Amino acid sequence: MEILHYEFMRNALAAAVLVNIACGIVGTYVVIKRMVFISGGISHATFGGIGLGYFLGINPILAAIPFSILCALGIGIISKRTKVSEDTAIGIFWAVGMALGIIFINLTPGYAPNLFSYLFGNILTIPSFDLIIMLILDAVIIITVVLFHKEFSAMSFDEEFTTVVGVPNRILYLLLLCMIALSVVVMIRIVGIILVIALLTIPAAISRQFTYNITKLMFLSIFVGAVLTVGGLWLSYILNLASGATIILLLGAGFFISLFLKYLISLRRRRSVKTMKSNY
Amino acid sequence: MKDNIVVDLKKVFFYYDRIPVLEDVSISIEQNDFLAIIGPNGGGKTTLLKIILGLLKPDRGEIKVFGMIPDEGRRLIGYLPQYTLYDLNFPINVFDVVIMGRYKGLAKRYKKEDKEAAVEALRTVKMLEFKDRHISMLSGGQMQRVLMARAIVREPKLLLLDEPMASVDPEMQKSFYELLLKLNREMAIVFVTHDIGAISVYVEEVACLNRKLFYHGSKEGSLGKLEEAYRCPIEFIAHGTPHRVLRRHKK
Repeated sequence: MEILHYEFMRNALAAAVLVNIACGIVGTYVVIKRMVFISGGISHATFGGIGLGYFLGINPILAAIPFSILCALGIGIISKRTKVSEDTAIGIFWAVGMALGIIFINLTPGYAPNLFSYLFGNILTIPSFDLIIMLILDAVIIITVVLFHKEFSAMSFDEEFTTVVGVPNRILYLLLLCMIALSVVVMIRIVGIILVIALLTIPAAISRQFTYNITKLMFLSIFVGAVLTVGGLWLSYILNLASGATIILLLGAGFFISLFLKYLISLRRRRSVKTMKSNY
Repeated sequence: MKDNIVVDLKKVFFYYDRIPVLEDVSISIEQNDFLAIIGPNGGGKTTLLKIILGLLKPDRGEIKVFGMIPDEGRRLIGYLPQYTLYDLNFPINVFDVVIMGRYKGLAKRYKKEDKEAAVEALRTVKMLEFKDRHISMLSGGQMQRVLMARAIVREPKLLLLDEPMASVDPEMQKSFYELLLKLNREMAIVFVTHDIGAISVYVEEVACLNRKLFYHGSKEGSLGKLEEAYRCPIEFIAHGTPHRVLRRHKK
């Protein structure tokens, strides 16, 4: 427990919880509405915003917020309003955003400190100011979901029918993309742009196997994500490994274990049905 | 415009990337009509429904739904999409699917009367006992009935059904038709199907659609026109009961 005496450790634990609130909620929609690839596009494009932050000499996380939202809106509007297919739009934004980030960093005099921590994450170097940003973004995400949960889940299930009954799907879809953008920004500090997609999807993918209720799915995802993130953090501390990658590997291991568990449960259920039948 | 006209299409054209899907389609549907639109796969049936619902905009032609543009008129329509489009692993149960049909507006909660209407609709399609079941645990026919409950729960004036008999077994089909017949007293019903066997004794009118509208009228008159629409000979079984299409001959 002595490691808790360090401020950076307390910040890391706080970040692990805050980040998983955003991931558990938004990741649930990402997984059930199958928006994993679009989330990958938004997160990589956000690198442009990080670069812009360096270039302008402001906190890269602050610069990333408007940038990632603009990218999310760009992908959403181009794929829905033009004949460009969604995956093409995603691919273009993905690469162009990253290229912009590199150019911005090129143009910035001197060298870019902490650049690696934005790409691969470093949960141990999170300043308190970034924790406050995370807290605010979490609040925005929670309020949005409380207000529009009914619409988001109905739209995810059946876009056509909900359009007919008057759900403003187009706007809500863009709003959902903006929420993905915000949660990406929250996550960048923890696991980095390149690994964001895993933290967004794995907790929801694990939890999805054990519940069919969306609200429960969100809470379970938050719990599973927080436990595995803290576990990964601890592992990286005792094994002296990169924290972001260790967290992701633990999440991945958790996913495969959950698949196996699910398999065992279904096996047992089948067996108990059999014994019921033979007793009969 | 006559008061009893529910949907009015005039010379509607629709293209997917310059490939014509609907050409010069004019049709009007009246209150209490029971119309079956038949035609081969890819004949434009679903497209026609989506145009009536305002989900697709025609390239040319005029369309009025209850005297309004489709985007406004569609709130009086109950819609049953093809059930094959659904992800049955989606985390939602039967009741939550049905109550979706009572949607009133952004951030408006479902009220007690909405919940009662959903229960009533489930009772009508005989699925009330499955109210709390997750959709992955339903058979195709059961899912179809749940979607039917969702379509009627808004108490629509027009019911649009896309392949409603797909995956409904023959025994169930009969009670499904009886349900439609009962609903028909309150609302116009239009259903599309590629399966001529789905046209039962209950259907009043038939329209044959294969890019163009080949026929619209009483089903007895449709015999020759169907062949034109399908471009192959069609046999109507006029005798025997299991697949009876035409009414029993009067002696």
